[in-house]
Order: sequence, then structure tokens, then C-alpha cells
Amino acid sequence: MATKSLRDISVDGLWTNNPALVQLLGLCPLLAVTGSVVNALGLGLATMMVLVGSNMSVSLIRNHVADAVRLPAFVMIIASFVTVAELVMQAFTYELYEVLGIFIPLIVTNCAILGRADAFASKNGVVASVVDGFTMALGFAVVLIILGALREVLGQGVIFGDMNLLFGEAARHWKITLFNDYPDFLFAILPPGAFVAMGLLIALKNVIDNTVKQRAELRKAPVTSGSKRVRVTGKIS
Amino acid sequence: MALITLSSPHAHGRNNTGRIMLTVALATLPGLIALTWFFGYGTLINVILASITAIATEALILRIRKYPLAFILKDNTALVTGVLLGLALPPFAPWWITVIAVSFSIVFAKQLYGGIGNNPFNPAMVGYALVLISFPVQMTTHWALSYQMSGQELASFSDTLQIIFAGHTELADAYTGATPLDQYKHLITKETSDELLKLDTFSGWLNGGWEWVNLAFLAGGLFLIWKRIITWHIPVSMLLGLCVCSLFLGWDEDLYTPMSLHLLSGATMLGAFFIATDPVSAATTLRGKLIYGAGIGILLYIIRTWGAYPDAIAFAVLLMNFAAPLIDAYTQPRTYGHSKARRGLTSKSDNKD
Repeated sequence: MATKSLRDISVDGLWTNNPALVQLLGLCPLLAVTGSVVNALGLGLATMMVLVGSNMSVSLIRNHVADAVRLPAFVMIIASFVTVAELVMQAFTYELYEVLGIFIPLIVTNCAILGRADAFASKNGVVASVVDGFTMALGFAVVLIILGALREVLGQGVIFGDMNLLFGEAARHWKITLFNDYPDFLFAILPPGAFVAMGLLIALKNVIDNTVKQRAELRKAPVTSGSKRVRVTGKIS
Repeated sequence: MALITLSSPHAHGRNNTGRIMLTVALATLPGLIALTWFFGYGTLINVILASITAIATEALILRIRKYPLAFILKDNTALVTGVLLGLALPPFAPWWITVIAVSFSIVFAKQLYGGIGNNPFNPAMVGYALVLISFPVQMTTHWALSYQMSGQELASFSDTLQIIFAGHTELADAYTGATPLDQYKHLITKETSDELLKLDTFSGWLNGGWEWVNLAFLAGGLFLIWKRIITWHIPVSMLLGLCVCSLFLGWDEDLYTPMSLHLLSGATMLGAFFIATDPVSAATTLRGKLIYGAGIGILLYIIRTWGAYPDAIAFAVLLMNFAAPLIDAYTQPRTYGHSKARRGLTSKSDNKD
């Protein structure tokens, strides 16, 4: 495991093993709070803080915790960081804290976090674990934000609304109204819309992956001109 | 010399999917005529708009999926989805509601699952449920009123066009209101049934237009049974389920909607004969069809009576679509030559013979 380079770890977290798009972990907050960009960003940042902190701590104590009790120990660490995140949000972004409500404490149950602690941080050094935690959380947060933006545009016809909840009064006028007289499309605001949008995002990722793979194969096997081959069936190698 | 052994059947009917689906579409004609006669041109425009949208979206998706266009469009299933949605939507629904409902049903409920024959849910009802939960105001309070209900002339053709396409909703307010089912449910909390039955909407027998619409759909449905395109099982068990619930749970007309209104109002007959009987998403075994239909009838009564929406065909049908594969698995008939029917869910290792 230790042989993995930091670059590979980052690509893993952001794309190939993205917690939201590939592992499909943490779907509960993903579907519940991505009604707008500001909610998604808030939860994404909180998750990121927890994930980086828990990965670092778990990696630090990895040689001192008996295997049999490792999961309770990890959950305790995660819960502590979630409490910290909750208090920080309560102190600095109280309105957003109220909007997100139960979903901040519920970060504890986000399986992506426990999954990373057990699958990566408990087996790797501190630096690698922090990078893994950061990129995994970033991958998760980016998906959250894209979903939030999609649902905000489709649901209410605006984008970046209520950003003052997170960035203070100056951000109040960031709201861009894309369509005037937009009738609220409740489906996109409700959870079923999140499922459909999520499915579309996963499909998009698969399409991109397939195209990249096909291009790579084409590049690997160029048709040599002047080949003496008469019948060409199947792949040219 | 080649001896080709042909196995039975030797006589063929001329039926194929395209013909069957066209017959289904044509069988809705009495209902369409009744709706247009009593509630104005809205439904007619909706049906045309929905059919065109359905066929265009289907063609577009087939093009993207690189399927042969003409061959698949000939099966007319997209047309039926469009026609059913056009009939189900409120007559004065703005054009974008129709377009959203139809394109969602074709793209998401049908083609993304693999096209004709692969959709677990009734596409038309998925589209209907989508717009129903998305635009509750336009979908539930803007139903067209008949002359008998409002005592007012119907909207003229040009007015209807303006309401649907140009968004002149202030014109629509004069011609629209809640459906009788909705009205009865809300008014009965304040008044007795005797008082209600004196209202224009409910007075008289076969008076409000709704009864005639439902009877027209019933006629179309009987035609389908006569042509053996659908069997009697689903409609009969669905209507029975509705009646039994209404008799036992809602016999008190001062508290609950009476059975006659349940049967002859809303989309009951359209649902029973045209929507619940969709061959792809319904149960297929005969005993399964009875259970499936009864389930729809019971759910229909429950959601209509205690739910937030005035009508419930879409939700009842979609919920039973979930259950259809399981119902089929547990109602398999005995195969000829076997002493016992194989029922239930079998894993692959069980299928030895």
C-alpha cells in the first residue's frame, strides 16, 4: 500500500474512486442537502474538515490500537471532529447551521469517512492519509456542489442564492437569476430529483471514462500502413 | 431437397405490437370525444401536443442510441404514452407541463430502462406523477369545468389556444376549478351530503359531464376486452377493490365520497381499462392480475380518501408496478406435465430441471 504515490492517491480520490460517483458512499447527506449550492458547499466543507482530521488522527494511532477495537476507536475520533465542525458552524455560520440541521451531526454516519479511516488511514503514513482525506473530501464536495447547482437551477431558476449564509453580507447579491417568472420545479428540489441528477452525473462520468479508454486504445494500436496483413478481423496488434 | 418442418400454430392472426397499440389509441376516442364535448378543446389540443412530443422524443433518443427509427416507431407505443398523458393532464395545462411530462416519461421511464418492453413502471404515469408533484397548483386546482358544473359557456378554441400556449392564465381562471372528487372531499367536512347533492356539480343523474366521460372510457375498455387486447381481470378486480373499500370503509355519505362518485368521476375508468392494463408494467399471470388490480383499487381508495391529492391513479398504479414482478413470481400457474406449480423466488442453483 505504501507504494502508492501521492499523485495516484489524489487521482483516486478525485476521479477513479470518487466517494460519491464510484463508491456511492455518503448518499444520505448527498441527496438530502444538495438543494442549493450554499447548502452543498457548507456540508462539503464540514465533511472535508472531518475527513482530513479523522484520517490524520487515525493514521497517527494506527500502530497503537488493537484490531478488535479499531472501529469503535475510529468512530470516537470521527465523532469528536464532527462535534468540532458543528460548534465551528454554530459559531460562525449560524443560519447555515440551522438550515443543515440534523445533517451536520449525521456526518458521523457518513460511511465515506469511516471507510477511508479503515481502508486507508489505518494502513498508511500521516502525509499519505492527509492527502487521501483531502482529495476524497474534495471529490465528494465537488459532486455535492455540482448537484446543488443543478438542482438550484432546475428547481428555482437561480444559482448562488443565499450565499450570505456562508460568506457574510457581501455575498447577498451573488445570486444570479437565470429565468424570470420561473415556476418552481418541485421535483428537482425534492429528493427524487437528487436521485435522477445523481444518476445523470454517474452516467456522465462513465461516458467520459469510456471515451478516454477508447481513445487510449486507438492511440496504442495505430494501423501501420503497408502492412502485409490481408484479412483484418478483430483487433490489429 | 429440404424438408422444412413447421410447428404449430399454422394459422396466424395479423396482430402485431403496432396494430395492438393503435387499437388501444383508437379505443380512447370515445373518451376523448366526451372530454372535448363536456370540457372544451383543451384535451384535444393536449392529446395532439403530447403525441407529437412523444414521437419526437422517442425518435431523438432512438437516434442517440443508434436504433432503427422507422422500425421501432412503427410499434406505436410512444403514441399510446402520449395519448394517455394527453387525456390524463388537466385540459388547460400550459404547454410546457405537457412537454415536460411526456418527454420525461419517454426518456427516463422508458428509454433509459432499455426501451419498449423493459420499463418496470408505466411511462405515462411516471410523467404524470412528475408534473403532479412538481406543479401541484396547476395540476389540481385548474381542472376544466363543464357547462353543467359552472353554468358558463365553454372556452372557445382561440381562448383555449391562448391559455395553453400563451400563458394567459387570467383567462383560465374563469373556466377552471377543482374536480368533483376534490370538491366533495373538502365540502363534506362542512356540510351534509343532502346539501351537497343540491349543488350544480353533484345534482342530477349523468349530469356533470364526468359520468359521461367515464362511461365513454368504459365503452372503449369493453371494446378492448372484446378485441382480446386486454383481459377482464385487472379492470374488474380494480373496480371491485374500489367498490368494496367504498362500501365497507366509506358507507357514510356524510363523511366520505359516495361509491358512485368514486366509480364515475376522476380518472377511474381511464385508469382501470387503459392505464392499469399496460402489458409491460402490469402483472402477467391471470391470478397475479387479480391481485394487482385489487391492489390498485384499494390503494386508489386509500389515497383518494386520506391522501393529499384529489385523484390517485398514478400513485396507485406506480406502487403496484413495484409489486408486479413479485406477484408474478408467486402466482405462476402449473406447467403442463408438472404435478406442482413452481412458485416463489428461485435462485439459479434451484433451476436444475
